[in-house]
Amino acid sequence: MRRSSRTTVAVMAAAGLFLVAACGDDASEAGGGSTGGAAGGDGDVIVGLVTKTDTNPFFVKMKEGAEAKAEELGLELQAYAGAQDGDNEGQVEAIENLIAAGASGILITPNDSEAIVPSIEKARDAGILVIALDTQLEPPDAADATFATDNFRAGELVGEWAAAQFEASGEEAKIATLDLNANGVSVDVQRNQGFLTGFGIDVADPETMGDEDDPRIVGSDVTDGAEEGGRTAMENLLQADPDINLVYTINEPAAAGAYEALKAAGREGEVTIVSIDGGCPGVDNVAAGVIGATSMQFPLDMAGLGVEAVAKYAEDGTLPEPTEGLDFVDTGVTLVTDEAVDGIESEDSAWGSENCWG
Amino acid sequence: MTAVHEAPPAPPGEPDAPEKQPLRRRVREVLHANPVLGPAAVLLLSVVVFSVGSDRFLDPTNISLIVQQVAVVGVLALGQTLIILTAGIDLSVGAIMVLSSIVMAKLSAEAGLPGPVALLAGFATGLFCGLVNGFLVTRLKLPPFIVTLGSLNVFFALNLWLSGSATVRGSDMSPWLLVMGETFPVLGARFTLGSVVLLLTCLVLAYALRQTGWGRHVYAIGDDREAARLSGIRVDRMLLSVYAVAGLVYGLAAWVLIGRISAASPQAGIDDNLNSITAVVLGGTSLFGGRGAIVGTLVGALIVGVFRNGLTLVGVDALWQNFAVGILVIVAVSIDQWIRKPA
Repeated sequence: MRRSSRTTVAVMAAAGLFLVAACGDDASEAGGGSTGGAAGGDGDVIVGLVTKTDTNPFFVKMKEGAEAKAEELGLELQAYAGAQDGDNEGQVEAIENLIAAGASGILITPNDSEAIVPSIEKARDAGILVIALDTQLEPPDAADATFATDNFRAGELVGEWAAAQFEASGEEAKIATLDLNANGVSVDVQRNQGFLTGFGIDVADPETMGDEDDPRIVGSDVTDGAEEGGRTAMENLLQADPDINLVYTINEPAAAGAYEALKAAGREGEVTIVSIDGGCPGVDNVAAGVIGATSMQFPLDMAGLGVEAVAKYAEDGTLPEPTEGLDFVDTGVTLVTDEAVDGIESEDSAWGSENCWG
Repeated sequence: MTAVHEAPPAPPGEPDAPEKQPLRRRVREVLHANPVLGPAAVLLLSVVVFSVGSDRFLDPTNISLIVQQVAVVGVLALGQTLIILTAGIDLSVGAIMVLSSIVMAKLSAEAGLPGPVALLAGFATGLFCGLVNGFLVTRLKLPPFIVTLGSLNVFFALNLWLSGSATVRGSDMSPWLLVMGETFPVLGARFTLGSVVLLLTCLVLAYALRQTGWGRHVYAIGDDREAARLSGIRVDRMLLSVYAVAGLVYGLAAWVLIGRISAASPQAGIDDNLNSITAVVLGGTSLFGGRGAIVGTLVGALIVGVFRNGLTLVGVDALWQNFAVGILVIVAVSIDQWIRKPA
């Protein structure tokens, strides 16, 4: 008895220590669960935000955007996140909590586009407006609307830019694609196929990566969207074909890693890297000449527009309308490069630094 | 060995059995006595296969590349080996490494402290995290799996809080922090200082495990903790020291990581918790403790590196690379089980 109570005290002391350490500036962030403010007053409109994780700067920015807009419109924001990438269960729980809290709308970036659908249906049955942010559901109409970057277009933009560069120099392209992972998630596929399309390569089935037989593509590897993966993948591909001169990367951390590999091989000046995301470190790399061009997404707008849509729905039941010609609301994408090309609209890295996220 | 085999003379009626048994038993005993032998054979075999599959594989540059690529996970796995030898496991290695790297980077890039000071603070972070794990394991008598599962989340959260989920760029840091990415030529290849750290750490730990009382105690605790306690080993103090040393090694891995990616990223190293265990298991160290060698872990990390690099060179999809490494792990653990089965 005595022993077990002592153990309990020790456990609690240890836990307390960690909490003290973790609560440096924002106690409400601890635990990764609900970060909703104090329970709202009577009749407050509650809008729920459920992101993939709390760890990715993209979602951190998304949350900031949602918070700012909710405050502006006088809504109460309750934010949840999955524990890690792919955590469906945590998101199911978040939706259940939001239904119980009587939310008017839920903005969700699904970790698993299919497995989350039954929970989404429950929410919609309860009269809640559900908007998918950044990633579509399977099927897309399982949500009332999707607010996202046109990832195919984002890839296409950097592909078109690269094609113009290579046309101008007369050099023959030897392309490596540095993709996300072996799962073949839709964003990964759309960006990759968009890039190849923009460059003028026949992509065969646009739903499938790696089925192209164009000899200009000399290799592909996965990066997990991170620096170390990008570096290792680039090293191995350079080893397979040392003449690679154009590298597409799924995101800017992977691009930074690829650049390290090229630098180590002494080829950094001869290889063009293109990427997608528009994070601030990525834009800095555009300015530094590491990345030739990147497609910027707008997570702040995504979340802000989503909150606005919920506010409107709560007011008079208006549903958001998709962008013309698409099955989702396009939140925009802008090409950022310091080597503008005629006929392709772009902004420079100075503009990029003012508008980047993360 | 021969004495053991000759002790029960073969019964006259069964001429076949005794002939078959000793060979299998001998193989098992050789493997038991030399845990590095199996992994080394696998490494050699895969090198041969890939050099046939791609003429670029045996290129000195490529070989040095593989060593560079496994440096981060390799150093982590060396620390992990110490813990697994005590029949524990550490799920928090990647989180400790990243936390240490963020501490180093922030102190250098934002607080403007001199490089060596920032580095020492990073090592101290690793050491401290290791001590926290060790304290919970020894004082609260919690299973290492549970302790490190919990601390993984704690360290990871601290890492995100400290970094604000933002990457610190190498160009903002003192050159001291980036030095592990520097290369020097050896026989037409270029090796990084990070690779040297991997080899040196391996040698130092191998010496400590084989030649010191501390090392013998590590094995003794892993083999049979109660027997170790009865023979006068202060098990708790030993375990605490093992977790502390491992934490320090993770701090070293943080330095190697910053050099490799020229940045400190809170997103790095998420997979390295499991990757380090993969290297240890492939290196012939038993997950049940008490058996294995640190050099095996180096070989195990190289096996993964050789597979990833070689399969990419011959153009195999990432999906099948995972498949191949997965099969290897299962085979390695099966062999370990077979070796442990009473003869």
